[in-house]
Amino acid sequence: MSQTAQNNVNITNYALQFRQDFAIISNWVGFGSKVLDLGCGDGELLQFLRLSLEVKGYGVEKDDANWLACMENGSNVIQMDLEDGLSGFEDQSFDTVILSQTLQAMHNTEEIVQEMLRVGREVIVTFPNFGYWRNRLQITNGRMPVSKTLPYQWYDTPNVHLCTINDFDQFCKNHKISILERCVITNSQTVHFMPNLLGNLAMYRLKAA
Amino acid sequence: MLEKNSVGIVAAQTAHFEQALTLKSGAVLPQFDLVYETYGKLNADQSNAVLICHALSGTHHVAGKYSADDKYPGWWDNLIGPGKPLDTNNFFVIGVNNLGGCHGSTGPSSINPANGQPWGAEFPVLTVEDWVASQAMLADYLGIKQLAAVVGGSLGGMQALQWTLAYPERVRHALVIASAPNLTAQNMAFNEVARQAIITDPEFHGGDYYAHGVVPRRGLRIARMLGHITYLSDDAMGAKFGRKLKDGIRYSFDAEFEMESYLRYQGDKFAGEFDANTYLRMTRALDYYDPALAFDNDLSAALKTVQASFLVVSFTSDWRFSPARSREIVKALLDNERTVSYAEVTAAHGHDAFLMPDAHYHAILRTYLDKVRV
Repeated sequence: MSQTAQNNVNITNYALQFRQDFAIISNWVGFGSKVLDLGCGDGELLQFLRLSLEVKGYGVEKDDANWLACMENGSNVIQMDLEDGLSGFEDQSFDTVILSQTLQAMHNTEEIVQEMLRVGREVIVTFPNFGYWRNRLQITNGRMPVSKTLPYQWYDTPNVHLCTINDFDQFCKNHKISILERCVITNSQTVHFMPNLLGNLAMYRLKAA
Repeated sequence: MLEKNSVGIVAAQTAHFEQALTLKSGAVLPQFDLVYETYGKLNADQSNAVLICHALSGTHHVAGKYSADDKYPGWWDNLIGPGKPLDTNNFFVIGVNNLGGCHGSTGPSSINPANGQPWGAEFPVLTVEDWVASQAMLADYLGIKQLAAVVGGSLGGMQALQWTLAYPERVRHALVIASAPNLTAQNMAFNEVARQAIITDPEFHGGDYYAHGVVPRRGLRIARMLGHITYLSDDAMGAKFGRKLKDGIRYSFDAEFEMESYLRYQGDKFAGEFDANTYLRMTRALDYYDPALAFDNDLSAALKTVQASFLVVSFTSDWRFSPARSREIVKALLDNERTVSYAEVTAAHGHDAFLMPDAHYHAILRTYLDKVRV
């Protein structure tokens, strides 16, 4: 095995261990495909997809420090605000457009999902499930949920559009979006039983109907 | 005194070309000189050369000083030097004065070999394409087959872009900063006012003022004052001068406001050292550059042959070369699935920001350039 291949395997194992969501995303992305990662942060997912699947990847990021980190990670990164839409990208010009754990922080939620479906042949959206039992428990106790997945106090949170799995299913139905696959995980374990109650992170593979 | 991380004391060199150069206009320059400077060392396989393209009034003197007590260093000294974002420990950096310039390269004030007189009005109108062709001849002269990068701001960014179109195999990276794929009507309008100021100066003499022993100072001065207004943002001018008066209102037309004395100072300084004929040609090259024109104004089609990787940078307060214009370049590159990154720097200084040592801006350039393999 070549050194590069060996490195790839190690990196893959590393991510599998710590980022189950990355592993699931990589199952939904084709080898050598063209990927756009919206709100790409420090470019960790893009780097993972590039090393494991040799994707041609571009990130979109607004924040200066994240932009630099992304460049440092060797990813192409376009600085722009997702709230302005994706006007710089042609229709159906990407195999996959990804919005990883950013949907809940978007103001123009409907617009960005429609824009992703316009630009990407397929779309991957992941978000923290607000219906997760630990969140429900905190609400029952009269407090806004604060957890590892939702680490903000109500007054300083960037999350303005939190939703549950059932809410998002209904959103897709209302907007005529096909759900190709859905995967729900909690602590890196896939949840099949009562996902809206027991699932922490919701992951969707979508397509325009 | 030389500051830390300076390239040190530098000297300009001249490359003489006996080959005739046919320009885009059809005019022919029978022979020409290009004056240039270099910083750092060209490596054994000539793979670490970076060309700096200058803007309207720039020169080949990009970094370092000519003597220890030289007051000012080269115009992009904050970027270039050992340990600086464009690190001369890694790169061999070339600064060149463009053809038609007035700092040593053949231009309107040079002697026309045909008649022994200054070229003056006879000197041809140049284009960005012509500059890039002559820069490629300089690269040949220096033994460089492929540049690691071409870097330019404003009009210099257009040259960097043109390199990737004219010589796709000869440039690995293009850094296009505060630039545009062509000028808007408004942007060209500023150039027209600047040229009219020069051309209507009684001392312009149709461009042959050298023979009369005069220079169209007034025109050049006004042209530069206008330029300086457009290089700054409203906010930057407000912060720098606001409505500050030098010594109160005197009900005169003297330079009472500090902004006025700034513009007059800049205009006078420029008129004393720059050639009016060069200014006309530099602005015309800006106006004419439009790589999409031959492709039905489809920039994506125009950039199809690009092979280089791109870093495109714009500045939020730059209204003369606005971020929207840089995004057009980015979109055309994305449409062609080229390797491109784009940064939109939050900056108050307007177009001038590309020459400022802003920490984040320099971090962008440093991070990108550190990844350029040599």
